[in-house]
Amino acid sequence: MEPRTLFDKVWEAHVVTNRFAGVRDDGGPVLLYVDLHLVHEVTSPQAFEGLRLAGRGVRRPDLTLATVDHNVSTGDRGLPVADQVAALQLATLASNAREAGIELHDLDSPDQGIVHVIGPELGATRPGSVIVCGDSHTSTHGAFGALAVGIGTSEVEHVLATQCIVQSRPRTMEVRFTGTPQAGVGAKDLILALIRRLGTAGGSGYVLEYTGDAIRALSMEGRMTVCNMSIEAGARAGMIAPDETTFEFLASRPRSPRGEAWDRAVEAWRMLASDPDARYDHAVVIDSAALGPQVTWGTNPGMTAEITERVPHPSDAPSDAERQSYHRALEYMDLRPGTPLEGLRVDRVFLGSCTNGRLSDLREAAGVARGRRVASGVRAMVVPGSQRVKAAAEAEGLDRVFLEAGFEWRNPGCSMCLGMNEDILAPGERCASTSNRNFEGRQGRGGRTHLMSPAMAAAAAIEGCLVDVRGVVRGRG
Amino acid sequence: MHTGRVAALPRANVDTDQIIPKQFLKRIERTGFGPSLFFDWRYLADGSPDPAFELNRPDARGASILLAGHNFGCGSSREHAPWALADYGFRAIIAPSFADIFHGNCCQNGLLPVTLSEKAVQQLFHRAESATDGYELTVDLMTTIVRDARGFESAFAIDAYRRDMLLQGLDEIGRTLRHEPEIAAFESARS
Repeated sequence: MEPRTLFDKVWEAHVVTNRFAGVRDDGGPVLLYVDLHLVHEVTSPQAFEGLRLAGRGVRRPDLTLATVDHNVSTGDRGLPVADQVAALQLATLASNAREAGIELHDLDSPDQGIVHVIGPELGATRPGSVIVCGDSHTSTHGAFGALAVGIGTSEVEHVLATQCIVQSRPRTMEVRFTGTPQAGVGAKDLILALIRRLGTAGGSGYVLEYTGDAIRALSMEGRMTVCNMSIEAGARAGMIAPDETTFEFLASRPRSPRGEAWDRAVEAWRMLASDPDARYDHAVVIDSAALGPQVTWGTNPGMTAEITERVPHPSDAPSDAERQSYHRALEYMDLRPGTPLEGLRVDRVFLGSCTNGRLSDLREAAGVARGRRVASGVRAMVVPGSQRVKAAAEAEGLDRVFLEAGFEWRNPGCSMCLGMNEDILAPGERCASTSNRNFEGRQGRGGRTHLMSPAMAAAAAIEGCLVDVRGVVRGRG
Repeated sequence: MHTGRVAALPRANVDTDQIIPKQFLKRIERTGFGPSLFFDWRYLADGSPDPAFELNRPDARGASILLAGHNFGCGSSREHAPWALADYGFRAIIAPSFADIFHGNCCQNGLLPVTLSEKAVQQLFHRAESATDGYELTVDLMTTIVRDARGFESAFAIDAYRRDMLLQGLDEIGRTLRHEPEIAAFESARS
């Protein structure tokens, strides 16, 4: 048998038919079976409505899992939802889930949280599975060796009705991170460095497989951070072969198999890793030891630099088309070429999101914030990724660390990653953010976002400006 | 086949947050997103149209074909983006490349994504710029050709499945349900 990649193995195990709609398997789409369909309030109401209009039902409610995250308030959960339009959207999901028999983790559930945080922590995310969700950051689940793709609402309806998705076979790209990163450099820096290298479209049409010593050394949380932002390079998905780190994370999760079933599952999962001679359509190698902390300066995640660099000049742009983008980005971000990134004043700090809202992210940030104070004039908020993350953080006293340092400690949701709730930037405000997108207006119209790691964001909160976290941590002595 | 006026938006990496900002995603309908299309670019802070924005130019009025830079539709998977573009009146988008999820979402909504070479798109931008009272293009999905009345002609590639689906206006769920026996067999083999 031909050597196969992790992607090949997962793909081939899920093809229901490669003669879909009479199209032969010559690059045309196939019908792929979906093991887990994650649903949230924003991209699902029109899908359920579509089903109703066509007189169709939900085929496998047992393979569907819903929560509320995008539009929810991160304030007091004891209060009624103040935003009436958001309240209707939440109520719509609740009634759709009830009607279809879908498990929903609503606002009052101890398992509520960002959909890409709760899937893994409940053990719903499994190696070797196909996972979809009406959200582009579904790529997160690839950290477990799943093929996880973001889909639109029409496809959500399609999956609800058929438990299948129509997909054309993507190409594969190996992204190998060699070496050991320096202290203060982590998963977020690896992925931002990759997006800088590939650009926001460099991964288009590909599934990325992350390999190499630096990936193997990452925790599951770190791997999720890496896979989460695959979409920011334009990739269909990102994947990491499961290993002992994966199994240890999944053991004893609420939905994980038990006893003999667990042993059999692990045995099967071990077979998923790419074969030694497997071929990829493209390969990229990045020396992680050579990377410093990364921070975005512009209005897409490809516009990244090391914290020790300066704001680039449009003539540094890789192409003519990008030069225009650089001009616009510099104007929007109110930055002048040649300005050192370190020292840029920030007004706001956001710690959270499906990229960096997990326990290890909060620990990393708390390690920097402990015993220090948020700079005067800076508003810093911590939004745990889920109720479970929040409870675990509180159990080890991280909430006290943040509160004593002057951070706000809030309730779980997507929050200021996309600002669908009240957590938004005012026009002109500059924000150090652990989220995934620095698009114009993403965090609030006129808001200026710099993406970075949790440690870097915490350091920015303390110093009141972008700063190299390596110096801050050393300074502790 | 569709002939219509072109709105030129010579920007690269236009993300779906620009196409339809998040504050409009709370609605539970598929329609009515047109007035919110490109909201932050289209309107000034006081709510009046920004005359500097490309779609507000007089020669872009009534446009049904959008011409844009590469990687159009990147970012969020929100289908509200093609809903807003279609609701505004666009029938086709021409660009050197599209983001994957957005491309699929367009096809689901009968909004044709037309991929032309960077060179051809640049040529179209020049032609649109020099046409003083509006520029028209014809997009023919049957022959997969884009042309204008003054000699521009370029073929575009679209996979056979998408083309069929757009031409026949077929319900994809209906198509998949024809494979019900295979889906059921797949499920029983795994359980």
